[in-house]
Amino acid sequence: MSQVHARLMGVSRVYPAAAGQAAVHALGPLDLDLRRGEFFGVVGPSGCGKSTLLDVVAGLAAPSEGRVTFEQRDVAGEVPDGIGVVFQEDASFGWLTVWDNVAFGLRRAGREAAEVQRRVDEALRFMGLVDFARAYPAQLSGGMRQRVCIARTLVMEPRLILLDEPFGALDAQTRLLMGDELLRLWRASGATVMLITHALDEAAMLSDRVGVMSARPGRFIDIIDTGWARERDSRIAAEPSFGALTARLWSLLRDESLKALGHQRP
Amino acid sequence: MKRRALDMLLVSVALVVLWQALHWRVGEEGLASPAATLRQIGEELESPRFWRHVAETAIAFGWALLYSAGGGLVLGLWFGFRRLAGEVAEPVLTAFASLPKVTLYPIMLLVFGLGLPAKVAFGAIHGIVPVVLFSMAAVRNLAPVLTRTARVLRLDARTTALTVLLPAALPEIVSGLRIGFSLTLLGVLIGEMFAAKRGLGFLIMNAIGLNDSGTIMTVATLLFAFAALANAALLALDRHLHHRGD
Ligand SMILES: Nc1ncnc2c1ncn2[C@@H]1O[C@H](COP(=O)(O)OP(=O)(O)O)[C@@H](O)[C@H]1O
Ligand SMILES: [Mg+2]
Repeated sequence: MSQVHARLMGVSRVYPAAAGQAAVHALGPLDLDLRRGEFFGVVGPSGCGKSTLLDVVAGLAAPSEGRVTFEQRDVAGEVPDGIGVVFQEDASFGWLTVWDNVAFGLRRAGREAAEVQRRVDEALRFMGLVDFARAYPAQLSGGMRQRVCIARTLVMEPRLILLDEPFGALDAQTRLLMGDELLRLWRASGATVMLITHALDEAAMLSDRVGVMSARPGRFIDIIDTGWARERDSRIAAEPSFGALTARLWSLLRDESLKALGHQRP
Repeated sequence: MKRRALDMLLVSVALVVLWQALHWRVGEEGLASPAATLRQIGEELESPRFWRHVAETAIAFGWALLYSAGGGLVLGLWFGFRRLAGEVAEPVLTAFASLPKVTLYPIMLLVFGLGLPAKVAFGAIHGIVPVVLFSMAAVRNLAPVLTRTARVLRLDARTTALTVLLPAALPEIVSGLRIGFSLTLLGVLIGEMFAAKRGLGFLIMNAIGLNDSGTIMTVATLLFAFAALANAALLALDRHLHHRGD
């Protein structure tokens, strides 16, 4: 009895031609149902339209064709209330301390000072940032800054969290640990999560379902159920089924990745 | 910070030593000594006549700064957000920046006549260019992810501009203002040297005519002190904004 949380119907996106450049058909047409409370991973060759997919789901970009709904309502022209996004780029505000970064959204939303205090402190504790509350982003490593951005997102208590390769710039070990934190956050918040990643093992380890995208224009070639229990962490990487899963993802993606490389050849 | 203060002190001492050496070489007629200048500074600071000149320059500088900073900001932000306008304006501005503005002075005198407006205009055209160029660059360098973050937080355009884009662009804007400040002062003084009957620039020009090296050095030293102090304050602000936290 899984409930649809966000739905894409016949969605495609074409970047219109501009200044000497041809139009780019970046995405779709594709259909997708994100189920309420699931952890949905997205993998695909680079340039296949993953970020475009995120933009369309979040309402940051309108689909050229098709419809997007979030909680049964059409997503049109703006980001609906209840969606949080963690971008690939560092989006921390350099002029604010970590604490003020995380408090920013609540303050703009006009929340009471006491509530801001409580929720920010809680988010910082959850992300292990308490000791850095007074620091500025420039004093932190890339991984810590991305944590600030995650804290800033989770403090708003979004019901759907979209992450675009948030750990792309981090080393492999840190990424594993951040993955564990993401799982913890997902379980604690009850939110629906869509994680875009280029790391197959990351997708296999974290997701309930993994959507595998084709080369551009991106479509889902397959959506794989991982069958993991809700209580899980990076230690499942040691299980034999994890290896089989990753291998399956790779066999699906290999041809598409080659195609994507071919596309870029002059 | 200590280090910088020490450096400043060393540079100042070196300048005074050099000044004294030059004085010995060319004599009292050619270059007043540091000690004599210091004495004259003391006298001038007590003379109402001197303060009238200071006030004259200060008023012209205030207005010129208003135009160069305010006008520069408005133009710079506009050129930054309207990419096309900016692309047209940038080469023109860069060319204008390297033009010796003195060549424009006869035209300005024709337009504004002798007096305050000409000085103000001359100061403003000196100072406005860096302010425009820096604020334009500040806007262009804004990372798109900042706007996207603001959209996810469902901020309206005004709130986005005031609470996200402005603070993000501020450090670079302040750098432009700092340079604009010095150039505006320079422009006002040059304006006073060429066509004015009052003001510090006029005092210098007059002293040059009378070969009065004491007054030249007095005014120059005071201006130097003022410019150095103002610049140090703006630089501190600039550094604070640029290196917040590191
Ligand atoms: N603003 C844009 N204008 C034109 N083309 C774009 C734009 N953004 C992305 N693209 C193109 O659309 C395709 C998909 O991009 P993107 O969604 O960023 O891919 P991914 O995130 O999977 O790497 C790429 O070929 C990219 O070059
Ligand atoms: Mg991308």
